[in-house]
Formats: sequence, C-alpha cells, structure tokens
Amino acid sequence: MEVYLDNSATTKCFPEVAELMKKIMLEEYGNSSSLHKKGLEAESYLRYAKDIIARNLKINEKELVFTSGGTEANNLALVGCAFANARTGRHLITTKIEHPAVEQTMKYLEQEGFRVTYLPVSKNGVISLTDLKKAINHDTILVSIMHTNNEIGSLQPIAEAGLLIKELNPQIIFHVDAVQGFGKCQIFPNRMNIDLLTVSGHKIHGPKGVGFLYAEEKVKIHPISFGGNQQRGLRSGTLNVPGIAGMAKAIEINYQNMAKNIEKLNELKSYFAAGLKGLPETTINSPLDEKGASHIINASFAGIKSEVLLHALEAKNIFVSAGSACSAGKANHQSATLKAIGLNKGEIESAIRFSFSYYTEMEELSYTLQTMYDIIPMLRKYVKR
Amino acid sequence: MDNYYQSFLIKYAEIGIKGKNRHLFEEALVRQIKFALKKVAGSFSVRRTSGRIYVDAQTDFDYDDTVMALKSVFGIAGICPVVSMADEGFSELSNFVVKFLNDVYHPDAKKPLSFKVAARRSRKDYPLDSMELNAKLGAVILESFPSMRVDVHKPDIMLHVEIREKINLYSEIIPGPGGMPVGTNGKAMLLLSGGIDSPVAGYMIAKRGVKIDAVYFHAPPYTSERAKQKVIDLARIISRYTGPIYLNIINFTDIQLYIYDQCPHEELTIIMRRYMMRIAEQIANQTECLGLITGESIGQVASQTLKSLAATNEATSLPVYRPLIGFDKMEIVSLAGQIGTYETSIQPYEDCCTIFVAKHPVTKPNPKRILRSETRLAERIEGLVENAVSGRELVIVRELEET
Repeated sequence: MEVYLDNSATTKCFPEVAELMKKIMLEEYGNSSSLHKKGLEAESYLRYAKDIIARNLKINEKELVFTSGGTEANNLALVGCAFANARTGRHLITTKIEHPAVEQTMKYLEQEGFRVTYLPVSKNGVISLTDLKKAINHDTILVSIMHTNNEIGSLQPIAEAGLLIKELNPQIIFHVDAVQGFGKCQIFPNRMNIDLLTVSGHKIHGPKGVGFLYAEEKVKIHPISFGGNQQRGLRSGTLNVPGIAGMAKAIEINYQNMAKNIEKLNELKSYFAAGLKGLPETTINSPLDEKGASHIINASFAGIKSEVLLHALEAKNIFVSAGSACSAGKANHQSATLKAIGLNKGEIESAIRFSFSYYTEMEELSYTLQTMYDIIPMLRKYVKR
Repeated sequence: MDNYYQSFLIKYAEIGIKGKNRHLFEEALVRQIKFALKKVAGSFSVRRTSGRIYVDAQTDFDYDDTVMALKSVFGIAGICPVVSMADEGFSELSNFVVKFLNDVYHPDAKKPLSFKVAARRSRKDYPLDSMELNAKLGAVILESFPSMRVDVHKPDIMLHVEIREKINLYSEIIPGPGGMPVGTNGKAMLLLSGGIDSPVAGYMIAKRGVKIDAVYFHAPPYTSERAKQKVIDLARIISRYTGPIYLNIINFTDIQLYIYDQCPHEELTIIMRRYMMRIAEQIANQTECLGLITGESIGQVASQTLKSLAATNEATSLPVYRPLIGFDKMEIVSLAGQIGTYETSIQPYEDCCTIFVAKHPVTKPNPKRILRSETRLAERIEGLVENAVSGRELVIVRELEET
C-alpha cells in the first residue's frame, strides 16, 4: 500500500484536470492574445476559468489575476500594494506563523523602509483580535493574515478580523493567503471584507505552476514585473492557458463535492488523532477543535528526529513531512510556526506533519498508525546518548 | 560552426619517460581521449605519430566543448590548437606565418605585441636548421608587422613552428590536468561519502592512472534517499575524469545498530569505520581492486588522529591510499572547487547518522580495547557483514545520464 500523507506540500492531479490540460497543450495550444481562431479557442478556456472562480467565490471575474502560483500571488499582493499605497502610510501587519512567501516578502519590505508588526499566536496557533486591534494605527495600510496555517492547520478568525479592520479604517487593505484553506472551507471575499486573496492550483489537485490573486477592484496595486501588459498590466506574460484551465477544472470538482469531502476529512482527522493519542510520548501540536483545519495534523514524537521517522515511514511506503516541505531539508532549520506556538527544541525537532486529501482513505490511516506502533519503539531505542 | 583550428596537438609529460612501456601509456591515452570526445558534438580522429598525439576534427565541432573534454583527460599536459600546411618552400611558409598572426592576433600599432619564434625540425632534410628558421621567420614577421618586436624571455606570443611531414603552427598551450591515463595503473576502491574530502581523494588517485570503483555506506532511515542521490551525483562528477564508476551501495543500518547495542559509545565511530574497511576490502577482493582509497587527513576529526587512523588501518590487509593525508581543510576545499565537486558536497542532507556519533568520541583508541569491544559482536556480526556485502546495490555511474 502506498500512503501519501503530504497533501499540504502538493496533491495528486485529478485525472480530469490532466486530460483537459493534455487536450489544450496538444490541440488548442493558441496564445489567448492572438487575434485568430486559435487565440479565441484559448481565450474561451480563460473565460471558463474566470467564470468558475468568480461563481464559487461570488466575486467579479475582472478581479482575478492569474499568477505562477501562491508565492507570486503573495508577492504581487504585498509588494504591489505596499508600494502603491506608500504615500498613505508605511505600516504593515502580519502574523508570526506565515508561510515564507509572506514572511520573506515582509522582510524585504522592511528593508525598503516599511514597518511590520508580527502578531503572536496562542498555543493553538491562532492570533488574538485584541492584539490585531492594538497593532492597527493611523499609518497602517495593509494587514496580511493566512487563512489556514501550513504546518499545524490552525484557522485564523478571518471574517472577524476583516470586520474589525474595516470598522477601524476602511482604507486598510486586507490580504489573506488562502493557499492551504481554499477548497476546504467556504471563502467569500466580499462577505469577509477580504481585499486580496491568494490561491494556488496544486494544493487542490490542480497543476503546479499556476495560481491566482483575487484583487478587489478599487485596491491600488503596482505591478512587480513588466512586459506585454496582459491582465490589465498587473501581470505581464503570456497566460498559462493549460495551467489556468486545469486549475479551474480542479476548483470545479472541489466545489461540487465540498460538503461531503469536509465531512470525510473530519472523520479521518478524528480517527487519526485518536490513534496518535494512543502512542506513548506523543503530543499533538494541531488544534483538534473547530480552530484546526480538517486536513492537517502535526505531532511530535519525543526523542525521534523527524527526519528519521520520516525515512522509516518512507521505507513502508508512507509519505509525510518534517516541518513544512518548503523549508524541510535545509540544515538547522527551525520552524517559526512551531516556535511561535511555544514548542521546545525537542518537540520541534521531532515534529511530523500528516496532511490528508480527498483521496485519503481510512485503511491508509490505520495502516499508518499500525506501522508507527511497530517502528517507534525500535527508533526510540537508538537515540543520541 | 566554423573553427579556425581543425587540429589539436596533445602534449603529455610523464608518459614520455616511461621506457619500454611507453606505447602502453600512449595507447591508453589515445583511448581515454577518444572516450572523452564521445560526448562532444563532432567527429574526430585521434592519431599517434612519432611521439605525438594529434586530434583532428573530421566534421564541424564545438571548439569550447572539445577543449573542456580534453582538459579532463588525465595524462594530458597541454592542449595546443594547431594549423598545418604542406611544405611548399620557405616563401609559402612565410606567407602562412604572417596570415596566422594576422588571423589570430590582429596585430596593429595600438597593441604592440612581442614575440619569439620557436622552430623545431624533426625532418632533418629541411634546408634550414632551427636557428636559421627562427632568425629568418623573425625577420619576416618584423617586416610585415612594424608594431611587433622580439622578446626572447617573456614574449606575448610564443610561435611554435614544427617541421614534420607537414608544418604545424601553434602559439597557445592550454594546460591539461597532467597525471597519467586512467587504467594504466590498475584499479582501487574508493570509500565515497557525501562529504568534501573523499571525492577529491578519488580524483587524485585516478589522476595517477588508477581506475576507480567506489563504495558508499547507506543507513536508512537514518540517512535519506537524497543523501544517496548526492553520492551518485558526486560519483558522476568524478566520472567526468575517470570514466564510468562502479558504485557499490551497502545497507549499513543493521551493522550500525548492532554496534550501537553492543559496544561502548565513545568507540562507535572507530568500530564502524573498521567494519566499513572490512566490507570495502571484501568487495575490493571480489572486483580485483588493488587497494582502498579514503579522504582522511591527519587530525581533521576524532577518527583521523594518528592513533585512530592506525586502529582503522588495522582492520584491512589491503594498502589504504590517503592522498589528502597532509592537506589542510582549506586546501581540500580549493581542490574540490577546481574539480567541481564542492557545490554538491556541501548540500545539507544529513549523512551517516549524527545520532550514532558519541558526544565525546575517543581520539586515542586503545587497539586492545577496540578488539575486546569487537568480541562482543561475535554472535551476529559475520552474518550481518555477509548480508551487507551480498545484498549490495550496484550503480554504474556514467557522466552522461541515460534517460
């Protein structure tokens, strides 16, 4: 049995997605900007994609910018907005548990003269609205809060934060990185006062190398790359038609089955959490209540380096992540998120993330738990003395 | 592609002094050159005539790639791009020399260049001797290019004129790696890790004409597939110089865990290394390798003190070659940079199990104590070693990856 529990790193493509993309690449390969029929064919896929996204998010399709993925969308949102609104103010707010695509972009903006407040989180990995309220001042132009944390799955109070921000100052732009949450929760930018929303294709069984930024019409953004002025000049470059169409197809399938799937993921998570609790010296780092996403469980296995457990599970065809895949594999990396929720060094070094998808089955989880019951005592025997 | 030079004269240093075996070395060098040129676009003939090797392009070829390929062939001291002409008398030769200088150096008044003519006459029936040729051609050059002048000590252009069946002209000698052609000195087994040192050690021994096999000790789940891939990548870089490498990958986990269970922790590293030596020796004996190669250098880590080296050495009866023994880390790093292995070596995939390294390993192991510790392994170790050797994975690493 092969068990893939690293769905927060990336997911398997839906077959319908791969087939649609193959057809576009081999047959309807035109440039959507071309004036001839081939261009028109390609453009019809863009219309299809915009329509799917606009309908499901209840937004206007003019407010979409397709990008090469979540990282680029986050960069465009933060850098583009900060520079476009620098005359209004130079203070930005984010959290201590953001993905590097936001965290590092904020670090860059600090070098460029912006001031950034990083909100702390509770043991559950959730920010407090009181902290947010205190952080906002007359100079604040943008708040960026992730929807679902990529390492422990904690959910942030997005709707409440949106309301609070707009009550204090409707001019403040609210950005939400929804790469991990999109497709697993209903997100309606208008009702939640979200001005900018980042989404990636490959976390929802779509292709890699494509994503989008929802940008509310009135928000001022400067482009961060320049060229042929596609997409209202916000993102130049020939549109990735097969990628965009594939992502749209994945979104369509996700939304058709969302309620049923969330229910299944919740069952999987409760089952797996119960199993983990039965393992000695194991602590679950993810919130198990409604504050946690249904597809991510992070746990620490005292005394076992996460890489060792990862490879031991790999030998049994079970694939998990040590920390988050984006930073895993770098020497001496310490997860900022795990630090922010107050874990000690030993807990951080032994943390493993299990992330599920709609393809995950109960038997796979029971096999995984059984395997861990078998191998963990042996691994514990051999620790650095 | 239109290349000015269609031939290369290959200079070799040490082979020249190899007495009666000389032809063996030359043949090996020709073989290695042909092998190296396989990966270059274009076809070439490699010929050996009276103590010289020439590489002649038969078709269009990529000049830079060709030079790069030749620069990785051990045994080559210098690569000279040459142009040649048939002997049609001195005045034709003079015209040819002037044209050559014009084409290659474009001398004019703004760039005063100094030169020296170094003529050699291996055909003694040529009417002028070397000294006369030097003088007469020098005069022709001075007359044709008033901006040029003679400098016999440090000329900008050293113009070599060789009178053979044909006349060769060349003025550039691109240094080769030196050493001796791979395969002229037997074969040895390299203990290859993912670190900086062992690839350099393999390179250095191969440079002396030795063919290289390698062994890598893998300890899943304590080391990752990426660490193994890194070792394969390193072997691939070395194979640029050595030709295909037979890489033996040993699963070392069970042996390591058994040692961990049975032996004192401060001796773990030494005992582990002794078993690595024993396993490498067994494979070496099966594959006709005449020695082991390691990247050890005195004092670099606890297991490389003289006492530790002696303790490790004792485990094998094969000679162990340690070409880096007297090198500083910085010297090794600089060599790794030149060879091209450094960037790969420093990729941070955890290797050979830091959890098995004691906090305070012995630096002065006592041979008797080590032997006594090893007796505690008596029950299972032979079987484990046998399994490790017979269950090894063999990867044949070539420079060009087949897809």
